[in-house]
Amino acid sequence: MTLSLFIQSLINGLNQGAIYALIALGYTMVYGIIRMINFAHGDFIMIGSYTLFYTIPLMVNAGMPAWLSVIFAIVICSAVGVLVETIAYKPVRKAGSMSALITAMAMSLFLENLAMVLFGAKPHNVQKIFSLPSVTLLGVALPLNVLLTIAIGVAMMLGLQLFIKKTKMGKAMRAVPQDRDASILAGINVNRVITVTFAIGSALAAVAALMYCAKYPRVTNDMGSMMGIKAFIAAVLGGIGIIPGAMLGGILVGLIEIFVKLFAPGWYEAITYATLILILLVKPSGILGKNVGEKV
Amino acid sequence: MAETAGKIPVLRAQNLGIQFGGLKAVDSFSLEIGQSELVGLIGPNGAGKTTVFNLITGVYKPTEGSFYLNGECMNGKKTHQIVKAGIARTFQNIRLFKKMTVIDNVKAAMNAELSYGLVQAVFRTPAYWREEKKLTERARELLKIVHLSGKEDMLASNLPYGQQRRLEIARALATDMKLLLLDEPAAGMNPTETEELLEIINYIRNEFKISVLLIEHDMSLVMKICERIQVLDFGTTIASGTPEEIARNPKVIEAYLGKEEEAEEEVETDA
Amino acid sequence: MTKGKKLSYLLNLLGVLLVFGIFVLLFETKAFGASTQYIKGICTTACYTIIMVASLNLVVGCMGEFSLGHAGFVSVGAYASAIVSNLLTGKGLPDIGLFLAALTAGGLAAGLAGLAVGIPALRLKGDYLAIVTVAFAEIIRVCFCNFEITGGGKTMSGILKLSDFYWCFWIMVICVTVMYMYIRSRFGRTVKAIREDYIAAAASGINVTYYKVLTFTVSAFFAGVGGGIYAHYMTAMIPTNFNFMYSAELLSEVIIGGIGSLTGSILGAAFLSSLPEMMRQFSQFRMLAYSVVLVLVMIFRPGGIFGEWEFSLTRLLARLRGRYHGKTGKGGE
Repeated sequence: MTLSLFIQSLINGLNQGAIYALIALGYTMVYGIIRMINFAHGDFIMIGSYTLFYTIPLMVNAGMPAWLSVIFAIVICSAVGVLVETIAYKPVRKAGSMSALITAMAMSLFLENLAMVLFGAKPHNVQKIFSLPSVTLLGVALPLNVLLTIAIGVAMMLGLQLFIKKTKMGKAMRAVPQDRDASILAGINVNRVITVTFAIGSALAAVAALMYCAKYPRVTNDMGSMMGIKAFIAAVLGGIGIIPGAMLGGILVGLIEIFVKLFAPGWYEAITYATLILILLVKPSGILGKNVGEKV
Repeated sequence: MAETAGKIPVLRAQNLGIQFGGLKAVDSFSLEIGQSELVGLIGPNGAGKTTVFNLITGVYKPTEGSFYLNGECMNGKKTHQIVKAGIARTFQNIRLFKKMTVIDNVKAAMNAELSYGLVQAVFRTPAYWREEKKLTERARELLKIVHLSGKEDMLASNLPYGQQRRLEIARALATDMKLLLLDEPAAGMNPTETEELLEIINYIRNEFKISVLLIEHDMSLVMKICERIQVLDFGTTIASGTPEEIARNPKVIEAYLGKEEEAEEEVETDA
Repeated sequence: MTKGKKLSYLLNLLGVLLVFGIFVLLFETKAFGASTQYIKGICTTACYTIIMVASLNLVVGCMGEFSLGHAGFVSVGAYASAIVSNLLTGKGLPDIGLFLAALTAGGLAAGLAGLAVGIPALRLKGDYLAIVTVAFAEIIRVCFCNFEITGGGKTMSGILKLSDFYWCFWIMVICVTVMYMYIRSRFGRTVKAIREDYIAAAASGINVTYYKVLTFTVSAFFAGVGGGIYAHYMTAMIPTNFNFMYSAELLSEVIIGGIGSLTGSILGAAFLSSLPEMMRQFSQFRMLAYSVVLVLVMIFRPGGIFGEWEFSLTRLLARLRGRYHGKTGKGGE
């Protein structure tokens, strides 16, 4: 492998990884708080992407930069996220993990098919979001929009980290997973924390949609399901419920994908999944996870 | 321990210890239990009593020391292997198979006695019927011993608390063990229920000729039925001897009985 | 064997024969006119779906663990049986012999896959196990996409059309009976004990890993048999047929029918596999309606429509007889 190919792949991998990491953050935040795999989370990206598809022309006509459409995407995704949580997830929260899982899968099905009814099964092409030139570094042509995507991803993660560590709401979000009853006693409104978590997770999905569309400008109604699963795998890989774990897992999955694609294009998914299995067998709660045995 | 001299003890624990992180939950725990002996294991909350049970049943692997059942080393064996070798237990926080019937709770523990295979189960061969019939009969007998006859087809979770504790004993008996570990069997029972439990424990000992290791907070019960008592505090043995010796031991009074009184006072002021 | 048991087996056999008789009557007299063949096809679909869903219920209901990768085992069975029937065709075997050989091969291959997946995966529990089963199923799918013998990612076609409804009906009956017997034996009892409390199960002398892996393998075996019927009904397939959505569909049919209830699995699978066909004219809205129903069931009946309830012909008859004698129908428990 030449150095330039390596750098090229590294940048691509980081780009892909940043997208996964942002999605994985949504999974991990929700899982951390209500112990539920929110299968519909992947579909929030689809919703974000459709929003971009419809709002970018408006933005451009109004003479504004295309990427500002992400604001619409964030608003709509957060609204959908909170709505899904209130209508479908809240009623089954006490019914056990199996019901929660099925409800989440059903919501994923629902969103995908609703999108099909509303927008049709044909792929839509999103307009160009960033029109930036490439720069040449060490003999490698690097498209600036890829670098920008990575930068956005890193900025979002740092922002989230700050929010979680410094704000009152962020502290509540860390307290609830540790001990829900004690949090209630400490005056935390758990329902509100859950709602905010869904809103933030969905907003991150909207940003991920922007990053995704900047790279692959194709929107379909089922684009979210596979991406969602991969991002979820990234979250589990890093240690689900742990925010830095989701970032680490996302970047790792992105890098594995891009580098395996170089050598065995047909097998990259299999290798990603095999990595997950191997890591879970060695560390059952992921790379950064803590092993908690059951009390006997 | 004079009466067990010369014979191989049922259980011999030698300097058993376990560390969680930096904390020594149990440190050099040694104990011998002879044939059909009833030994009590007492100590304040968090002294490491249940941890000892978890070590002896293979739930935790000891980081130091070893233990033997009838002279055979049990270190590193899995829980189900240890149970097959002859150690059965009950749990402090009742762990029944809640959504199964009472009799199935007992039958599940007798699985090792059944030898019919997959094919025989699927085709319902005579071997299947014969073995299942025998199993049902034995399970009913065991339920009778713990005074649960007539409740066979109830769901375990629907039993009242005291009966759930007795069902756990029946399930432990079903494994055909030589040593029975009872983890606070009288917890939460009223005096009548405790009396009934005492009867059952005595009956089991005489009937099955088994040894019992008992964790219990009810001191009157411990003093009444235990032949020997070992006292744990902060994971280490602070005393061991006959109930009379233990009752007089100043260390025990300081570590255990003194605290017990305090605890009782607290409860009273709370009420 | 007691007399009552013998009688109840006989009764159930009669019941199944009666159902079969009704189907034969309907199809042979062309009761549905031109669409008879079409409806027969739907019934075949129902047969293999029932086998797949019931087998998944062994893991989900009996063992209490999610498997989100059941389609993986279905695909192993489908491809293995298709390969075997392709190899054996023209060797002078009668169709039914060929079919049974193919299904057995499919079941065994899937069972082996189940064993290979189960041994490492079942060390995990709950959500982690669910996600690892997804991972394994996806790996299986990628393998089939890359192997030459399975079409190398393109459609594998030209599989013999062997799945005749009458055969499939009886194969389904046999599979479901075997699973029922498995559940109602020491194996099912042990696995249920593990589901309820694995620590107490181990403390009762049960080898937890062994019985979990065994059940997982049995479940995979029947998924493979179902896959075999699928392959010889569809006659063409691509690996993406067996993606995550298919696993999710099977799991949701288990849950809607009732976790731990074979009756629920049978009715759920039969109903839900014919539903898409019945709603063909509104196909756009069908999955939408399906997902809404799923959410509603979860909100109002989290244990599934039938919960753990099992239909029993013997009990039904006893109850009916009780009515005739003027007693309250309470003696059926």
